Amino acid sequence: MSTLEIRNLHASIGGTEILRGIDLTISSGEVHAIMGPNGSGKSTLSHVVMGRPGYTVTAGSITLDGVDMLSLAPWERAKAGLFLAMQYPTEVPGVSLQSAMAEAFRASGRESDSVVAALEAEADRIGFERKFLERPLNVDLSGGEKKRNETIQLGVLGPKIAILDELDSGLDVDALHDCSTRIEAMTTEDNLGVLAITHYNRLLKQLRADRVHIMVKGRIVASGGPELAAELEVDGYARFQGSDDPSRLDPLGDVDPFADPLV
Amino acid sequence: MTQAILPSFVHANDPEWLNAARRLARERIQDIGLPTAEEEEWRYSRIDDLDLSDFTPVEAKSEHSPMWGLVDGEAIADAVATIDVVDGFVVAVDVSADVEDLVEISTDGVGAEDALGSVMTEPTDSFADMSLVLADRPIVIRIAPDAVVEGPIVVRHRVVTAGSLTATRIVVIAGQNSEATVIEAQSCDEIQAVILPVTELRVERAARLKYLVVQDLAHSVWQIGTQVSTIDADAHLVTSAVALGGYYARLRCDTRMIGKGAEGDIKAVFFGQDAQALDFRTFQTHVAPHTNSDLVFKGALDGHARSIYTGLIRIEKDAYAVEAFQTNRNIKLSEHAWAESVPNLEIENNDVQCSHASAVGPIDADQQFYLESRGVPTQVAERLVVQGFFSEIVSQMPHAGVAAAVDAELTRRLQTSEFVR
Repeated sequence: MSTLEIRNLHASIGGTEILRGIDLTISSGEVHAIMGPNGSGKSTLSHVVMGRPGYTVTAGSITLDGVDMLSLAPWERAKAGLFLAMQYPTEVPGVSLQSAMAEAFRASGRESDSVVAALEAEADRIGFERKFLERPLNVDLSGGEKKRNETIQLGVLGPKIAILDELDSGLDVDALHDCSTRIEAMTTEDNLGVLAITHYNRLLKQLRADRVHIMVKGRIVASGGPELAAELEVDGYARFQGSDDPSRLDPLGDVDPFADPLV
Repeated sequence: MTQAILPSFVHANDPEWLNAARRLARERIQDIGLPTAEEEEWRYSRIDDLDLSDFTPVEAKSEHSPMWGLVDGEAIADAVATIDVVDGFVVAVDVSADVEDLVEISTDGVGAEDALGSVMTEPTDSFADMSLVLADRPIVIRIAPDAVVEGPIVVRHRVVTAGSLTATRIVVIAGQNSEATVIEAQSCDEIQAVILPVTELRVERAARLKYLVVQDLAHSVWQIGTQVSTIDADAHLVTSAVALGGYYARLRCDTRMIGKGAEGDIKAVFFGQDAQALDFRTFQTHVAPHTNSDLVFKGALDGHARSIYTGLIRIEKDAYAVEAFQTNRNIKLSEHAWAESVPNLEIENNDVQCSHASAVGPIDADQQFYLESRGVPTQVAERLVVQGFFSEIVSQMPHAGVAAAVDAELTRRLQTSEFVR
């Protein structure tokens, strides 16, 4: 049983505060979703948790099983059991998926010889052509192939907690099904904990999300069960907009967000 | 000064035409003198620090059999001919019986008159002239018309004499519709020396020549190298240069597309460490229409190393329907490293597609983060990113054995480099 705890996390970029006090607890086997309007800080959260350079954490803590993540380099966080599936996976010319995974295995004391078999098994499982395994990472891959590639790495590395930053963007229906089915299986078979950032309920249904959090302007303004995501599909974020204080939730009550404001 | 560096050095038994050419070259050096860093083509170079009076020409062949450099053994196991050159003197020529009718190698100067200077019709600078004065008889490699030579022809150079000033003149002539690979491997002992290699590549009509030059010289030597090529109609030249050594190692690389349909692919990788300076001056000259050239030079610099790249694409008036590209990218692995990149275009015809790109910067932070986020340790991620950066060139080098040797050597250097310490 592992737990990722984010407490009162404040982070800024270039002096602008993006995260303004995030609290989240994700444990093994759980699927949490973060939804929120563009620019609310969802991707920033994923990057800060993984330790991407350029962000400054000004307050708060991130721990995995009690171990401080903020003091670790990104690769050490990965080794500790975190994984980030990126919204826009970076192209790394000349570096194959296989060699990157072999180095990751080596760094965590695992047998790097087993990487090829593990990659092939994962590729077959989600319908990713094996020929792509030898290609330079993400180079000349379509949006969907990149996401399958991220999912393969998630399967091969077997982290404790995975953050999925808009895994469903750029994915067609079939690819989304293949990737989310695989990840959902990890949450039950391998007890993977998931924090999924998304705009769409479809992914959450397929991942069978347990909890849904709404993020607005760097704060979690509402949390609930899967019904919250379903509600958003209908009503949008309007009732959460401008409510960066959770105590002011639901100021608009039953007002139709699509109603003509001039009437 | 030129008196001092060119002593009464007489190649007594050489053909009269060759000694006459040397006399003219010597006179030109006397008139013009040596270049200085004030000249555009030598800007940023270390040329002003070179004192040739510290170095002496070698007048006789060395007796001891040398070690060869990086490109040896397995890397060139498929060689069909080897020419061994020590201190500028040919010490052995070995041509496999399979290619005797396809490849002619002349080292005695006989019949070399039409070859030497047939590509470098004007000396590029005083060092090209100096190479003529100093070098033994030219090495002329002729590929017979229509010949397809399967394995590489390898010239192994080694400089073993401390304090020496040596030169070689090589001419490769790929006859009409022939196909061949030529590899030059340049290395030396851990000595101080000045080395002036000049190679002319003449790619005749519809010929396909692949040429690789790998220098892994000691970090204490000066090398001022020149490579000039002409590519005739429908011919294709692929060149691949690897520069790893030298205190100051310069490669001037002139490629002239002189026949309709000529194509030139000009690639290089370099890796500078410590206090090395690596200097590249390229000229892509399109004389004929419907010609293409694509140049990519990529390098990484560690420690206090420096690199200079200046390149000129020149499209002459009659050269229409031309595509010419030029790219120079440099990664600075250390904050003390320094790179200068100056691309230039000179176009006299409107019907052309040209581009040039240059970049100097640190390791790509996004690539680095991506790999780290998978659990690849920082230093390994840096090495992988740089290897990946090189691999665009190395993986496409036109000889697999050399590519493997270069890849292994770059990996070794990256693993022991300062930035990953």
